[in-house]
Amino acid sequence: MSQTVDTAPTAEATPSGKKKPALSEGKRAERRLGLMLCAPAAFVMVAVTGWPIVYSVWLSLQRYDLRFPDQREFVGLSNYVAVLTDGYWWTAFGITSLITVVSVVIELVLGMLLALVMHRTLVGRGLVRTVSLIPYGIVTVVAAFSWYYAWFPDTGYLTSMLGLEAPLTQQIPSLLIIILAEVWKTTPFMALLLMAGLALVPEDLLKAASMDGATGWQRFTKVIVPVMKPAILVALLFRTLDAFRIFDNIFVLTKGANDTSSVSMQAYNNLIRGLNLGIGSTMSVLIFLAVAIIAFLFIKLFGASAPGNDAGGRR
Amino acid sequence: MAEIVLDKLTKRYPDGALAVSEVDIEISDGEFIILVGPSGCGKSTMLNMIAGLEDISSGELRIDGKRVNEKAPKDRDIAMVFQSYALYPHMSVRENMAFPLRLAKVDDATVKAKVDEAAKILDLTQHLERKPANLSGGQRQRVAMGRAIVRSPKAFLMDEPLSNLDAKLRVQMRTSVSKLQKQLATTTVYVTHDQTEAMTLGDRVVVLRSGLVQQVGSPQFLYENPANLFVAGFIGSPAMNFLAGTLENGRLTTGLGSVALSDRVRQLAEAAKAPRELIAGIRPEHFEDARLLDAAAKEEGTTFAATVDVLESMGSDKYAYFTIEGETATSSELDELAADAGSADVPASGAQLVTRLSAASAAKEGEKVDVWFDADKVQLFDPKNGKNLTYSG
Amino acid sequence: MAIITGGTTGRKAKWAFIDIVIVLYALIPVVWTLSLSFKTTESQTDKNFFPSEWTFQNYRDIFTTDEFIRALINSIGIAIISTLIAVVLGTMAAYAIARLDFPGKQALVGVSLLIAMFPQVSLVSPLFEMERNLGLFDTWAGLIFPYITFALPLAIYTLSAFFREIPWELEKAAKMDGATPAQAFRRVIAPLAAPGVFTTAILVFIFCWNDFLFAISLTSTSASRTVPAALSFFTGASQFEVPTGSISAAAVVITIPIIVFVLFFQRRIVAGLTSGAVKG
Repeated sequence: MSQTVDTAPTAEATPSGKKKPALSEGKRAERRLGLMLCAPAAFVMVAVTGWPIVYSVWLSLQRYDLRFPDQREFVGLSNYVAVLTDGYWWTAFGITSLITVVSVVIELVLGMLLALVMHRTLVGRGLVRTVSLIPYGIVTVVAAFSWYYAWFPDTGYLTSMLGLEAPLTQQIPSLLIIILAEVWKTTPFMALLLMAGLALVPEDLLKAASMDGATGWQRFTKVIVPVMKPAILVALLFRTLDAFRIFDNIFVLTKGANDTSSVSMQAYNNLIRGLNLGIGSTMSVLIFLAVAIIAFLFIKLFGASAPGNDAGGRR
Repeated sequence: MAEIVLDKLTKRYPDGALAVSEVDIEISDGEFIILVGPSGCGKSTMLNMIAGLEDISSGELRIDGKRVNEKAPKDRDIAMVFQSYALYPHMSVRENMAFPLRLAKVDDATVKAKVDEAAKILDLTQHLERKPANLSGGQRQRVAMGRAIVRSPKAFLMDEPLSNLDAKLRVQMRTSVSKLQKQLATTTVYVTHDQTEAMTLGDRVVVLRSGLVQQVGSPQFLYENPANLFVAGFIGSPAMNFLAGTLENGRLTTGLGSVALSDRVRQLAEAAKAPRELIAGIRPEHFEDARLLDAAAKEEGTTFAATVDVLESMGSDKYAYFTIEGETATSSELDELAADAGSADVPASGAQLVTRLSAASAAKEGEKVDVWFDADKVQLFDPKNGKNLTYSG
Repeated sequence: MAIITGGTTGRKAKWAFIDIVIVLYALIPVVWTLSLSFKTTESQTDKNFFPSEWTFQNYRDIFTTDEFIRALINSIGIAIISTLIAVVLGTMAAYAIARLDFPGKQALVGVSLLIAMFPQVSLVSPLFEMERNLGLFDTWAGLIFPYITFALPLAIYTLSAFFREIPWELEKAAKMDGATPAQAFRRVIAPLAAPGVFTTAILVFIFCWNDFLFAISLTSTSASRTVPAALSFFTGASQFEVPTGSISAAAVVITIPIIVFVLFFQRRIVAGLTSGAVKG
């Protein structure tokens, strides 16, 4: 890292007797350095996302099936019509929304509880924190396989414990299992984010509330939650966007059978399995729009984290 | 050891605001000069300009006769002690103090010798291998000073180095800093907002307000002969009392009654063409309990009666607070002083008078007392521009 | 939610109990996979949580097949390279964002945020097509580029939070002590930033190691297929058997590095994840 600084212009104060009307020498050097340092990262990010998105939109306007490359032609918005009038798409959309809402709500509640425990436990604080990172670190598909085999009719300990018949072949049970897998994996992460917010609640506030006669529950709802609001909203925003993109767990657990596909699953199927770039790209663009709308709504409704202020942790 | 000259030094920010305006100061070799003033007066900016951490907009800065405006901090051969000490947390005390010498490529033997010497002077020898995180506030402050002295620089710049210490420690460190400076005889420019430090540490004090120099002089001189209302109210604790008053025929009338000014004061006022409406300033120690004085002593002043609001007994003195009827003195200087002291937010009813009475006084809270003050020690100020009409210096 | 600190044995026991529940919660799937990996093929179907018959056969199997070893090498290589590049680029950008003032700073942070929220699947179609055309399909580079792109927001975000923790005054002090900007960076800033860089590297590595969607979409053979993708394509010892044992063994093997990281660097990871997660 020292090479970068050696070749960059110095940003130290080099005073000049006459001050230039716009910027001093030192300020200009600072700006040059700033731009230079950011350029590579900015370039990579924009190149790998910006161009492909444009390309994706372009592809979505074509009928382009890799199995029949000669039939490639520009068809305007008819792909979009096809997708948006397709029952499968809307089922997938509904399923995705359902999974998103349910799992995020559960994660918020459980995450909050876990955060409180991690923050206040008298025993084994390090152990609890270490252990709750394991779901975060584990490869998602590894965990997914673990659940898969647990619910598998012949091998699974959970199926035998609960006396169920092949839950992964029926829609409702498998949806519940998918939600379970999602919740298991990301609750600790939510808990970590929330714990950071929790740590910022001043002890003095809680003591004052206690003196004012508040019960534990009242202290929670009237002091802790309001003070934590920004943290909660950030965690909520990121988790919701993440949940909407659910893929790994569904792929392993059901491969989307029995109407348990998410929108990402559908896009993947059309794209990689079906090699239909036209439809696959159309779905990609639609998903992108959906995510953008969710983010926009969130920010508008809750004023949560404008860009440049804070960006929540990433998976 | 060097002479520092600020020649019409000015700092203008990009938006046009003047942080420091045409400051002229000559600091002689080995002098301990203090820059003091309320927050935002430009003292830290001035220090940063001398250090080279901020550009100089116009004017010239000379060290030992040579212009240094364009020189980088490291080429000016001056050392700085920061308010937050800025110790390198990953280095031990020894490494912290050795850092400037290592950067200058001094050989190991000399480095060790100089660090050991500085550590001895500052009583840090047993802490040399520890990291800053394991030191107390006072120890960290000494390490910061150690890092400055190992280089034997031409001058020390200190930016409120004692502000982060608790009250008792601050008093102790003040004497250490003073002794150290005398021992090393290095030119020192010291910034503080605490007028007590200014009074006790400096050879000379520069009072700043909004980027302009108000007055430069020895602490005692500033105390006895403030050039204007601001300096009068800033220097001295408890602060000088200010009363609205009228001057007519050599008699001053205020909420305390009417008093004949001494000849000396009257002559100064006339020479300065004092207006009729003015502000009178009397320091707390120029009051006394009338019962403790004999008739001859009371000749030079006047007595008034008032009820004691609050009595603070300090053991060696008693401070009696009175509320005086009549108009409160108002001026922009007084407003700024009040804002700085925080008293602007406290609702006041009428003017409050602080008097220092001797411990023998029998004054009690809630009781009426006869208070005398010395008419010769009254200072008169022009309310429009704050100038001291009775300035003799 | 009690404020009262210090515990009686009763209270401690209560917390200990809660802790155990949490530990179980986190570990059950892991232990289950572990147990499956040690089960013989016959006892796979006995539905017991713990193996009744122990064997290392599953582990031997996966290490004798080329598939898994290749996948492991791919995962390790791609993750390490992506991490290195992302951390270097991220450090430069984060330093600029935290310390310097320049036009477009807000825009850059905004773009990072957008990318963090991006649905990855939307990139799959164009990248699929682009990489085929560029010959990057099924290569290490084909995965490294998207990984870096998605890791950068995480890296920049975590690193700028760490950089912000370093007091400005240290740079000033170094200047006064006679350091050039390069020296100040090398001897004062870099050592203090090192822990933050290290933590970011761990977080980025975990992210790359974890990825599934790009791995299965942008690869087709063991030339570049990483372990998560390889897992889903495993076959068993014969046509008729579900490769539960092998998959579980492979799963355990790729989880070990993560558990090691988490155990040794728990403090750092938590600090990194939470350091800027809430505006403090």
